[in-house]
Amino acid sequence: MSKRLRIGVLYSRVRVEEKWIFASLERRGLDYERLDDRVVHFDMDNPEPWRQYDAILERSISYTNGLYACRIFNAWNIPTVNTAAVAEACGDKLITTTLLAKSGVPQPHSRVAFTPESALETIEAMGYPVVLKPVIGSWGRLLAKVNDRDTAEAILEHKAVLGSVQHSVFYIQEYIKKPGRDIRAVVVGDKVITAIYRKSAHWITNTARGGEGELCPVTPELEEVSLKAAQAVGGGVLAVDVIEHPERGMLVNEVNHTMEFHTVQPLSGIDIADTIVGYAVNVAQRKA
Amino acid sequence: MNAVACPECEAEITLDASVESGEIIVCPDCGVDLEVTALNPAAVQLAPMEQEDWGE
Repeated sequence: MSKRLRIGVLYSRVRVEEKWIFASLERRGLDYERLDDRVVHFDMDNPEPWRQYDAILERSISYTNGLYACRIFNAWNIPTVNTAAVAEACGDKLITTTLLAKSGVPQPHSRVAFTPESALETIEAMGYPVVLKPVIGSWGRLLAKVNDRDTAEAILEHKAVLGSVQHSVFYIQEYIKKPGRDIRAVVVGDKVITAIYRKSAHWITNTARGGEGELCPVTPELEEVSLKAAQAVGGGVLAVDVIEHPERGMLVNEVNHTMEFHTVQPLSGIDIADTIVGYAVNVAQRKA
Repeated sequence: MNAVACPECEAEITLDASVESGEIIVCPDCGVDLEVTALNPAAVQLAPMEQEDWGE
């Protein structure tokens, strides 16, 4: 007799995405448990209570909590969607950049420096404008478009003095004049299941910052670049954000490992929550 | 009826039938984010403030 699969969903907040995921798990009649990351705790000498799960779907809103939980689960050979390695690769822009470069995925030019002085020198060499990004961060938070030397000096000093030590890893990206939009491609396993444009008159086009969604055709170019990016970071359930460069074509700007899809699911008509659950079930079956 | 008082402005809020525990709702009077911490009887508290590592 085959064993009944049991799936844990690690979450912080029940957003609409989690509601859709729970609804899919219930529709499928799966045995699952909601695991609030503010409540769970781990005895590092006793993985037994956690071995009841054949897979954990990680939906933490906190990158740190999700990453460390996945590290623990993976160390105990409990599969997670996504893996800790993928979470780490996507959650840190610098790691993403190195992996995309290693796999030859087209991306914006970027440089890194560790002091305000060397960062300023780097920015001057790149030419204005540039974009300063925190290596860890999301929803378009703390991105700075730097138009001139005065601004660069001010922002670098603020980051060095007011920010955590991580803000002194200065990640500097070329500024790309995108056509008032970027693209979010949803990759599950080896398929691009849908894509949307995120439109905004502002240079930051995240829907978390008010960007609006519109369905985007999955062209062969978009499919190729998205799958390559997903593979470069280790694969799984991923949202690949792509910028259209006027000359260089599609460039991968970032890859998200706990994607929000409140805009893309209704726009595309695709049940992304159920597709994610289906992927988690496959991962669980491989373990069971 | 699933009614709660906003801990910020004391407005009476009636929860939608589809609301789940752990969900964030917005107080229609003062706009503060509230987390639903229990159902039957319903309870809410101020939602945690966004932190630096939150996101996708």
